[in-house]
Amino acid sequence: MKIIVCIKQVPDTAEVKLDPKTNTLIRDGVPSIINHDDKAGLETALKLRETRGGTVTVVCMGPPQADVALREALAMGADEAYLLSAREFGGSDTYATATIIATALKKIGFDLVITGRQAIDGDTAQVGPQIAEQLGIPQVSYVEEARVEGNDVIVKRQFEDSAHILKVKMPCLITALAELAQPRYMNVGKIVDAYQKEIKVIGFDDLKTSLNPDWIGINGSPTNVVKSFTKQAKVAGTLMKDLTPDQAVAAIMDKLIERHII
Amino acid sequence: MDFKLDKVHLLQQQLFRTFAETEIKPLAKDMDENEKYDLDLLRKMQKYGFLGIPYGKEYGGCGSDTLAYTLCMEEVSKVDASTGITISVHTSLACSCIANYGTEEQKQRFLRPLVDGSKIGCFGLTEPGAGSDVQGAQTVAVPDGDDYIITGNKIFTTNSGFADTFVVFALTDRTVPAAKGLTAFVVDRDMPGVQVSENIERMGIRAASNCIVNYDNVRVSKDRILGQLNKGFKIAMGALDCGRIGIAAQSVGIAQGALNEAIKYAKERKQFGKPITAFQNTQFKIAELQTKIDAARLMTWRAALAEDAHEKFGPLAAMAKLFASDVANDTTRYAVQMMGGYGYCREYPVERMMRDAKITEIYEGTSEVMKIVISGSMKLK
Repeated sequence: MKIIVCIKQVPDTAEVKLDPKTNTLIRDGVPSIINHDDKAGLETALKLRETRGGTVTVVCMGPPQADVALREALAMGADEAYLLSAREFGGSDTYATATIIATALKKIGFDLVITGRQAIDGDTAQVGPQIAEQLGIPQVSYVEEARVEGNDVIVKRQFEDSAHILKVKMPCLITALAELAQPRYMNVGKIVDAYQKEIKVIGFDDLKTSLNPDWIGINGSPTNVVKSFTKQAKVAGTLMKDLTPDQAVAAIMDKLIERHII
Repeated sequence: MDFKLDKVHLLQQQLFRTFAETEIKPLAKDMDENEKYDLDLLRKMQKYGFLGIPYGKEYGGCGSDTLAYTLCMEEVSKVDASTGITISVHTSLACSCIANYGTEEQKQRFLRPLVDGSKIGCFGLTEPGAGSDVQGAQTVAVPDGDDYIITGNKIFTTNSGFADTFVVFALTDRTVPAAKGLTAFVVDRDMPGVQVSENIERMGIRAASNCIVNYDNVRVSKDRILGQLNKGFKIAMGALDCGRIGIAAQSVGIAQGALNEAIKYAKERKQFGKPITAFQNTQFKIAELQTKIDAARLMTWRAALAEDAHEKFGPLAAMAKLFASDVANDTTRYAVQMMGGYGYCREYPVERMMRDAKITEIYEGTSEVMKIVISGSMKLK
């Protein structure tokens, strides 16, 4: 079984500063880490390999500095690593990013693709599902448990108040929640090995026969960022229990009136 | 000359720091109060390779180096000096004797389980009557057929409460001075006659295990002798040279950990209408201490790099330990002072760090012994 884990290198904070002019992140001086959901995905892949055999390949699209994220993944136990890096890839939005990654994954080969649910710097949760769409394979997002049985992946998909247990035939893609697995640490000796391994770099030239340059990079990105902002945390709601339907209606009406909503 | 860590060491430092903050720091206070090391924590460190850092992969180690080991020692000691000494005695004292003097067969048999993390090692040299002066040693090993019978008491044997493998020094020739009659043996905990006392009550590094070990007619076969008969003194001194790099790094960690805690507190602590870090007296003292800590760290790294390059490093290790242990004591004492009454309270970690710092001037050669080693290398006589 060949498992691919897509990881993203992100700034180590949920509240990085934004450049007010360009609405993009100011990354200078902020340490970089592997995105939390992605790391849980990597841990899941390593566990699946321990029980089912196979290999774990990590793939990261980013600038050459993203090398360290891939070394960290190798030091946690991944077998091989690919860096997707090229000037032409710069400025890609989620669509263009998914286009590039999907093209690279076709070249690398896979049975199961694991991505994080979303990255803490952009919070879009779009790249994983878009990769699956572009590859034409089934996908399950928001996965909090996963195991492999034969040629199927059995997953638990999280909802706000419930969960679905789904069976998906491989090849498929799942997007992992941080809750999926507590990532292991790197191993001291594997860090030494990680720097002796080759990180395979896939550039534009390696993909150009199957990649339309008009669909990648800043020019191939249909997204226009109008405004970026920090999410406001929702306050906990009020739970009113043991009310009859009539009492519940009255209680809700009272709250709506109290807050001048009606 | 380059004072920057390379990529491998930077990533290792990141691992040690994250692990120390996440796994060790939350346990440090309780382990100190209970005077007991958390063996689950030890197993976790074994799993991630913390106990075989500078040893080759051919023996199950990490294939890394002494510099990486000092980074580990500093990061763990920033949050808990007891963890530092636990790793240090295992790595620098027990493992180094076998790695440097063991035969290939002995390395596979005794070193492999120590560096792959399945066993813990300790080192028995100090006796009630033999500390800085090894001349007072009374533990003997008497030949009996193909075996030796070891009898005697060793005190302050770090890790002995839970260690599996003991490197023990015993006199095999009592007709000559101890330095010429000591032999190094590898003893297993479960051998008949090995008795380990309760943890000795101490001022600092209270979570570490430090006991009296009584060897009562312990029978060991000749193939457990490390190096040559009667040449154990050199083995012990060589191990202590290695150990001093670890203690220097531990001292740097204690100092930096205490200063970081004090700075964090001082930025928030307001007196006379402003945070106490806004006062020049505080700023100057912090600047002075950070300068000394950096100097101590660079001296430690210099000694580590010399060991990695197979150069003579004993005096460099002694200088690093002499200076760094002094810095650790100065810094922790000031950290408590800067935090005032709160610093003196057990709620904050700096009082523990101050208690822990003292031992760095005493064990693995006192500061006075360091001066003997350093001056001895300077051809003054």
